[in-house]
Amino acid sequence: MGFLDIDNTTKSYGALEVLHKVDISIEEGEFLVLVGPSGCGKSTLLNMIAGLEEITSGEIRIRGSLMNGVHPSRRNIAMVFQSYALYPNMTVAKNISFGLEMHGVPKAERDKAMADVSSLLQIEQLLGRKPGALSGGQRQRVAMGRALVRNPDVFLFDEPLSNLDAKLRVDMRTEIKKLHQKLGTTIVYVTHDQIEALTLSTRIAVMNGGYVQQLGTPQEIYDNPANLFVATFMGSPAMNVLPATISVQHGKPVACVALPDGTVVPLRLSQENLSAWEGKQILLGIRPETITDEDGADRNSKNVVNFTNRIIVTEPAGSDTFVTMSLGGKDVIARMRSDANVQPGNDFQFAVNMEKAVAFDPATEERIAS
Amino acid sequence: MSNVDFKTRLQNWLPKLVLSPSLVLVLVFVYGFIAFSVYLSFTDSRLLPSYGLVGWENYSKLWRLSHWKTSLTNMGIFSVLYIGICTCIGLCLAIFLDQKIRAEGVLRTIYLYPMALSFIVTGTAWKWFLDPSIGLENVLQSWGWASFEFDWIKDRDYAIYTVVLAAVWQTSGFVMAMFLAGLRGIDNEILKAAQMDGASNWNLYRRIIIPQLRPAFLSAFVILSHLAIKTFDLVIALTGGGPGRATELPATFMYSYTFSRNQMGIGAASATIMLMTIAAIMIPYLYAELREKN
Amino acid sequence: MADAMQDTAVRTSRTVRILIYLILLLFGLFYLLPLYVMLINSVKPLNEITGGGMMNLPQALTFAPWAKAWSSAQIGVDPTGLSPYFWNSIKVVVPAVVISTILGAINGYVLTKWRFKYDKILFGLMLFACFIPFQIVLIPMARMLGLMGIAGTTSGLALVHIVYGIGFTTLYFRNYYAVFPTELVRAAQIDGAGFFQIFWRILLPSSGPIAVVSIIWQFTNIWNDFLFGASFADATSQPMTVALNNLVQSSHGVKEYNVHFAGAIIAALPTLLVYVVAGRYFVRGLMAGSVKG
Repeated sequence: MGFLDIDNTTKSYGALEVLHKVDISIEEGEFLVLVGPSGCGKSTLLNMIAGLEEITSGEIRIRGSLMNGVHPSRRNIAMVFQSYALYPNMTVAKNISFGLEMHGVPKAERDKAMADVSSLLQIEQLLGRKPGALSGGQRQRVAMGRALVRNPDVFLFDEPLSNLDAKLRVDMRTEIKKLHQKLGTTIVYVTHDQIEALTLSTRIAVMNGGYVQQLGTPQEIYDNPANLFVATFMGSPAMNVLPATISVQHGKPVACVALPDGTVVPLRLSQENLSAWEGKQILLGIRPETITDEDGADRNSKNVVNFTNRIIVTEPAGSDTFVTMSLGGKDVIARMRSDANVQPGNDFQFAVNMEKAVAFDPATEERIAS
Repeated sequence: MSNVDFKTRLQNWLPKLVLSPSLVLVLVFVYGFIAFSVYLSFTDSRLLPSYGLVGWENYSKLWRLSHWKTSLTNMGIFSVLYIGICTCIGLCLAIFLDQKIRAEGVLRTIYLYPMALSFIVTGTAWKWFLDPSIGLENVLQSWGWASFEFDWIKDRDYAIYTVVLAAVWQTSGFVMAMFLAGLRGIDNEILKAAQMDGASNWNLYRRIIIPQLRPAFLSAFVILSHLAIKTFDLVIALTGGGPGRATELPATFMYSYTFSRNQMGIGAASATIMLMTIAAIMIPYLYAELREKN
Repeated sequence: MADAMQDTAVRTSRTVRILIYLILLLFGLFYLLPLYVMLINSVKPLNEITGGGMMNLPQALTFAPWAKAWSSAQIGVDPTGLSPYFWNSIKVVVPAVVISTILGAINGYVLTKWRFKYDKILFGLMLFACFIPFQIVLIPMARMLGLMGIAGTTSGLALVHIVYGIGFTTLYFRNYYAVFPTELVRAAQIDGAGFFQIFWRILLPSSGPIAVVSIIWQFTNIWNDFLFGASFADATSQPMTVALNNLVQSSHGVKEYNVHFAGAIIAALPTLLVYVVAGRYFVRGLMAGSVKG
């Protein structure tokens, strides 16, 4: 039994089931990120943990005690909302101490807790202001302060950074990570931003269509996506997915991919068991950063395949240059060093690290296990 | 779920508990009373409610009464003119006020203030203003226009138009405000695009702006028609339903049959017809509004 | 409101603009005329009016008609003036406005923040109640007030106005709270605030603008009501509008137009005052919605 157990939990509105048998168990101090496109059920799940939405079936337990039907304020949780949900009519100090006041904590203790939290978050100078007079980043801090001051068992974050501009978002991300490392709190964090998920979490649950598609560490999710959805949802630019036919050459499986001019490139696969797919089609998943020029190829890899292809578009992005080519009838993006000598319309010698490539069954879209 | 504690359960019940007094009031005093009135319209009630059912007799009597027919004819004339003129004036004033007019605030206040008055006050003011012996006719004659005549308020054929005049005076400013809000809600960029396309002002309003005011037209129509059907105080104060019965409306008819003529059954029947008319307009509108906001 | 006040992109020529100003001014005169007539004729001696100079300014300024309308004009059987009826109206208006607004606020809160089955239908029922022709409830209401022992009293009248005002006040508060961020309510729930604490500490402090709308609306409607006053009040509890009508329609004696006009203005003053002082808060409140938090 974990610290927070979500056990076979479903949610239905009338006949419509929006969350299907979710099963997640996390340990104390974990940082679980629920990530997925909008409408995937991640916020619903968070609200069910918070007690803001009823649980249709299944159980949610915190520290072993059943939470079904327990009022949100009695679950010893705290939540940071997307809009921050600061009470507009109260000062920052009041906002932070309101929850303690409602729980009957004496004034002296409240003040002490507030002083601690506000120095931790460096918002002492804001205590007398009202939320309307704060910047986005300051509101964000106050919202976190309001959650922290309660010293809850579990922190719930509902897309807390999505209202901030890009730069502030990155800063606050770091800040949240620091806070988690410092305080060792248990966090469940909802976002639609896969980078936030990868950077913050100790574990990620990728959700889509009311199902948990995959639950695992960021590394597992990124390197070994369970299915096509997870593969393309996580990572930016997204993983290239192209149809390929398996043949066996010298006893090893090879993915045959067509170039625009009709020639076929044989990409040797590292997964031996794919030989079983000989003659059949698979979907080959290749991350952009595993396609480079020859110099940039991973020297530790035992399986780098070179091939020549025409460059269609180049997109310099400062630190990297993204190169688009056509492979297997799809646009495929490669991530080059910024100084790579690439020109649109030219032929170029690419190197692809096939150790990192993954294969999917086109019928089920599940990854073909190695 | 056994571990749901008392406090949580109470919290779940409180909203319903708190809503219930209002709900009971509305159910009893509105829907219960409606049921009672409809029931009375099928009884032989006269001075006091009585519970002998007489079927549709009150309705058939009602439709034979020339008094009721007059009220309905007046209602027709009044509501068509009142709604039509209010909408025209309201729309025109709103469009004109929307042309970066100086002192717009002052004008708006002046156009709107009659809405704050009681129909009794409005009726009183217009009653004397239109009275030929001391009002407009008298004034213009004394200013030298000896042949000027304006005695509609005393004229059986024209008195209903004075009711229209006073009612328009009272509510057209309000309609203006509704249209003005609609105009201000139109995306300026659409207008700029239309001008780039070479639309003249006339075409801009006819083809682009006015079609976008559909919701405002609809709300204006609904509010005005329900006000028209409920018009009562204005007639009482302005003409008292006269001269003769020239300005009787269903609302005044119902009142006099129920409370002065002791024909409660017929009064209830006329009230039921009024309710049905309003329901026919309001229910589809409210239904659409509530669905939309889902 | 700054955005609502944006200019139209429509450009007009100079002559058209002059024409527009002319029309707007003419309509201004049209709306002001009756008020002007009432005002100047309420401070004239009667002979100046009957002599035929309704539009003229008074030659002999007198406030006697005002005094008479207020304290000594014959209304019904007694020469009491309008003053007792003014207080009757106050006795009806104040409790009715306060109670219907409070109920509306609570209803709006429940209907928007505590969704449950059938909330739409319940709200629809309340809303339709605003628009019924009140003729349909006159007879049973008269009976009910009798049964409750408050027929012909100001409290009875206040009750009537509360009942038929709930629909509108609920509508206002519901629409206002509908755009009030639900996350605030959820945050307060997690903080441990209960049903009433959330209402009292979180929603009410932000409800000023819509409370103004509700109060102005109810005040104007109830003060100006005639139908209920005429139907359910007796001689001692009649509101202002009924008394004014009695004054104006009374058939005996000379018609004292100046007193009638003074009476009409007195009856109109409270709502006019509210309109002039608080009218813009009314519009602002209707437009206000979202609370930034």
